[in-house]
Amino acid sequence: MVHVCTVVPISLTIGANRIVPATGIPYPLGNPTLGEEGSYKVRMKLVKKALAALQTEVDGQTVFE
Amino acid sequence: MEKIKVVHYINNFFAGIGGEEKADIPPEIRPGTVGPGMALQAALGDEYEVVATAICGDSYFGENLEKATDELIEMIRKYDPAVFVAGPAFNAGRYGVACGTIARAVEEKLGIPVVTGMYLENPGADMFKKDIHIILTGDSAADMRKSMPKLAALAKKMVKGEEILSPAEEGYIERGIRVNYFAEERGSARAVEMLLKKMAGEPFVTEYPMPKFDRVAPNPAVKDMKHAKVAVVTSGGIVPQGNPDRIESSSATKYGVYSVEGMERMSKDDFMTIHGGYDRAFVLENPNLVVPLDALRELEKAGEIGEVANYFITTTGTGTSIGNAKRFGESFSKKLLDDGISAVILTST
Repeated sequence: MVHVCTVVPISLTIGANRIVPATGIPYPLGNPTLGEEGSYKVRMKLVKKALAALQTEVDGQTVFE
Repeated sequence: MEKIKVVHYINNFFAGIGGEEKADIPPEIRPGTVGPGMALQAALGDEYEVVATAICGDSYFGENLEKATDELIEMIRKYDPAVFVAGPAFNAGRYGVACGTIARAVEEKLGIPVVTGMYLENPGADMFKKDIHIILTGDSAADMRKSMPKLAALAKKMVKGEEILSPAEEGYIERGIRVNYFAEERGSARAVEMLLKKMAGEPFVTEYPMPKFDRVAPNPAVKDMKHAKVAVVTSGGIVPQGNPDRIESSSATKYGVYSVEGMERMSKDDFMTIHGGYDRAFVLENPNLVVPLDALRELEKAGEIGEVANYFITTTGTGTSIGNAKRFGESFSKKLLDDGISAVILTST
């Protein structure tokens, strides 16, 4: 499991082991202020990063910046 | 004057019947005190009388929870007690569960106050601390001399209808109940005082303890993403239009599992968010911002991932209790495993 979330300190507090910081609270995966295409690019990048995190061995809580 | 009647519950070991080899004895009740009942009687004083001692083997109780409880209730009822004391069980797990089960049942069915005692790590403590008063004891019977007077004191207050004070004052395990009271100093002054103590490295007691969060060991990495089945789980409150299962917009008590079969993306015609904790304008316009189905489908087509699960799992994260969240997770994790999901992206708003 990878946790994609904006408020990383909360994720750390509750104990997620793989964490990918998201864009913002009202739009975690994407960025609507960049238009639809720009937002999709941001989303794709974050999803790829999440998949990469899932394929990475970790020995404790790790934030994938 | 007639004495106030007390019934006490103990297990096979404390009754002196025997240890593990006698743990399967069925319920029985004897008049008067048995074993630690002597200490209970002494601590209660002359106004009270331990009229009977109910006894049951720990294994018997554990294996016949309902039957043992029902039988014991009928035995106890005959003595018409005003208060019921179980244990203390210290760190004996099955005994703790038995004490909690019978004490709660006596309170419910006979309508009298109950007290028991356990060590904090006794599994019975976690199971019953919200329902009944459990005096915090040491981890072995060596603590009997110290803990029995606390059980007796609390039992007496309950019988007399006196106000039960805080866990720290009475010695029971925190039940998670907040009680309003008038403080002498206002909140800001108390906060500054606490901060000064913290800065000076002095001990202080928080007025708002944080819940304790579980820690789990990280799972190994996904080895073969190109053949992995990937699911999205979210606390962002994405639900089908109209919220068919009426998931709450905050403090959720349930989660939903919704199909994305045959969908290329999360359409705003099909999905909405009911989350009450963030500005929903962007997500109502494009739910892929929380459940990134469009990107996952593209990666699925490109062969980067094996397959996208044909559903996503969702609830509202805001204000949702740890207890409920844990229950959701335990329940849907089974489904994810049964469905052969090998990777989960959990998104939070």
